[in-house]
Amino acid sequence: MLTIKDLAVSIEGVDTPIIKGFSLEVKPGEVHAIMGPNGSGKSTLAYVLAGRDGYEITGGSITFDGQDLLELEPEERAAAGIFLAMQYPVEIPGVANSYFLRQALNALKKARGEPEVSAADFIKRLRAKAEEIGIRQEFFKRDVNAGFSGGEKKRNEILQLAMLEPKLCILDETDSGLDIDALRTVSDGVNAMRSPDRAMIVITHYQRLLDYIVPDHVHVMADGVIRKSGGKELAFELEKQGYEGLLGPVARGAEA
Amino acid sequence: MATALETVRDYAAKAYKYGFSTAIESDMAPKGLNEDIVRLISAKKNEPEWMTEWRLQAYRRWLTMEEPNWQKVGYPPIDYQEVYFYAAPKVRERPESLDDIDPEIRETYNKLGIPIKEQEILAGVAVDYVWDSVSVATTFRAKLEELGIIFGSFSDALQNHPELVKKYLGTVVPQGDNYFAALNSAVFTDGSFVYIPKGVRCPMELSTYFRINEMNTGQFERTLIIAEEGSYVSYLEGCTAPQRDENQLHAAVVELITMDDAEIKYSTVQNWYPGDAEGKGGIYNFVTKRGACRGKRSKISWTQVETGSAITWKYPSCILQGDDSVGEFYSVAVTNNAQQADTGTKMIHIGKRTRSRIVSKGISAGKADQTYRGLVRMLKGAEGARNHTQCDSMLIGDKCGAHTVPYIEIKNRTAKAEHEATTSKISDDQLFYCRSRGISEEDAVALVVNGFCREVMNELPMEFAVEARKLLGISLEGSVG
Repeated sequence: MLTIKDLAVSIEGVDTPIIKGFSLEVKPGEVHAIMGPNGSGKSTLAYVLAGRDGYEITGGSITFDGQDLLELEPEERAAAGIFLAMQYPVEIPGVANSYFLRQALNALKKARGEPEVSAADFIKRLRAKAEEIGIRQEFFKRDVNAGFSGGEKKRNEILQLAMLEPKLCILDETDSGLDIDALRTVSDGVNAMRSPDRAMIVITHYQRLLDYIVPDHVHVMADGVIRKSGGKELAFELEKQGYEGLLGPVARGAEA
Repeated sequence: MATALETVRDYAAKAYKYGFSTAIESDMAPKGLNEDIVRLISAKKNEPEWMTEWRLQAYRRWLTMEEPNWQKVGYPPIDYQEVYFYAAPKVRERPESLDDIDPEIRETYNKLGIPIKEQEILAGVAVDYVWDSVSVATTFRAKLEELGIIFGSFSDALQNHPELVKKYLGTVVPQGDNYFAALNSAVFTDGSFVYIPKGVRCPMELSTYFRINEMNTGQFERTLIIAEEGSYVSYLEGCTAPQRDENQLHAAVVELITMDDAEIKYSTVQNWYPGDAEGKGGIYNFVTKRGACRGKRSKISWTQVETGSAITWKYPSCILQGDDSVGEFYSVAVTNNAQQADTGTKMIHIGKRTRSRIVSKGISAGKADQTYRGLVRMLKGAEGARNHTQCDSMLIGDKCGAHTVPYIEIKNRTAKAEHEATTSKISDDQLFYCRSRGISEEDAVALVVNGFCREVMNELPMEFAVEARKLLGISLEGSVG
């Protein structure tokens, strides 16, 4: 589904590379966790996959379902089935949450040549999904992420994820700022989305999230590349030893 | 992947959708302006003697006045001798019914998306159509007449209700009020007239659709709305013009009057041709709009969505004479490419406990420049008067400008005025967030801007809010990439 080969990325206008030859293969149905200390390049990877401006791809390739992902605009990537649950969801004052979601859903449908959803069907589906994720209906009318608590913003991302049903979900530190209860509901929402034809990349600092969203593969990233890969047990090992214990000085060297 | 900023520079302006012109024979007066032209216009309209005199008085005042230059907009001097002050579609007679309207005009309104017949039937909105300053059709007249409501062209009102016109004309905006109002008073050719009798709540939106068609013509319409005691009316005007390389002048005057407990809600969706991306052509929209809350507890509310015109220069205002009267001004002004706008309002508090609210949302893109200019004046007798002003500007790109110039004058110790202002930029983060959910960049801009303007858009009548929302998107097409 997703093949990243020798990817090298730097910030536009800055010579220092952030990602230095990153490779990853993600197959349908798999959940990959990417862990790493601050500044290891995890979030940059997430943004590059979603097509954010401001990065320069200096080498390597990314293909998604046979398409050259780097050629696509962010909205085309979304239409192809990529979704990024952001670490810092953006506020859009004056735009109601439900209106935003419906615009997004219909834009995706239109791009895929499918009929748009009616207002009634949309609301029905929205209510059902919101209930699963523990989102109150008053949420729908509130402005997108405006005045939301950290936990509410993350839940909202998961609601979007559930409504837009992407093929590849990228969760960028979805656990940061969540208390235990919220972590559980958010994880339940994500787990409900797991299916044989959907893949996930879960980016996190801590092993904690992986107790709830159990990965098939764990990759430890430091200083722009994957330093170690393994099964879910790698996360426990990491929890015990710490990044430095596991990887040696390269982990510390990357601390920004 | 270019940043929003880079693509602002790359994009050329999208074509103006309403820029076509219609080949139709016009009855035009010679170019230029003198007393004979004023008399000619008056004679063409078969006006009473006092009206001709009133026009001439205005013309003589105008000759002594100087074109103002305090506003923050720039344009080359206008040669008033090169303008046609009268252009009317050559119709056999004034149409008796809608079916008599020239098919070409009918077709044009169809292209604009407002088929005359259908609009009447489907929307239940009474519409008056003004073509190069002359009213060509009014729908729903009969139904309104049953309620005693007078709605139609200004010319008709002058023929059928001269006493009402004479009583109120120029009482809110006097002939010599300002340079363009004086010019309008001398040469106005038509416009809309509305009279709502005592205690009547007008059951439908009244609407006038203005269209400039001829080259080198000015459009000078005059609108007068009177709401008698305890009455209510909601009125909307829409405007478009063909795409031409020359600048064209639109100098309208609108006067509103509310008696005790009456309310007028006046909404404008202005989409005159804005000129091309380089600033060639476009309408000069120099308009005087003013309402007088004469009665106690009366209310006048202005809502405007200004997306068109090369230059917009207008300040819909309220004179709050009656105790406890209320004035409101809700504005969205969008300037893109080389457009300029200097707009705002004046709230003059005279009566006790008068209240006013100003919400202005300015959006500037391209290399456009925009100024909010607002006056809040509370006179000595304005015991306990209140004002709240909120001015928000949004910038798109790094070549545009937004300016806020509030004037506050308070002569009464118990009166209070509050002013809030913000300036924000549409952020790359917001656009990326929308795009990563599948929303195209242009739709994302429209979405964020509509969110920014929501408070004002909510004030528009339902039927027009949808249209206005689309218009905002269209006006900003190509402003980011």
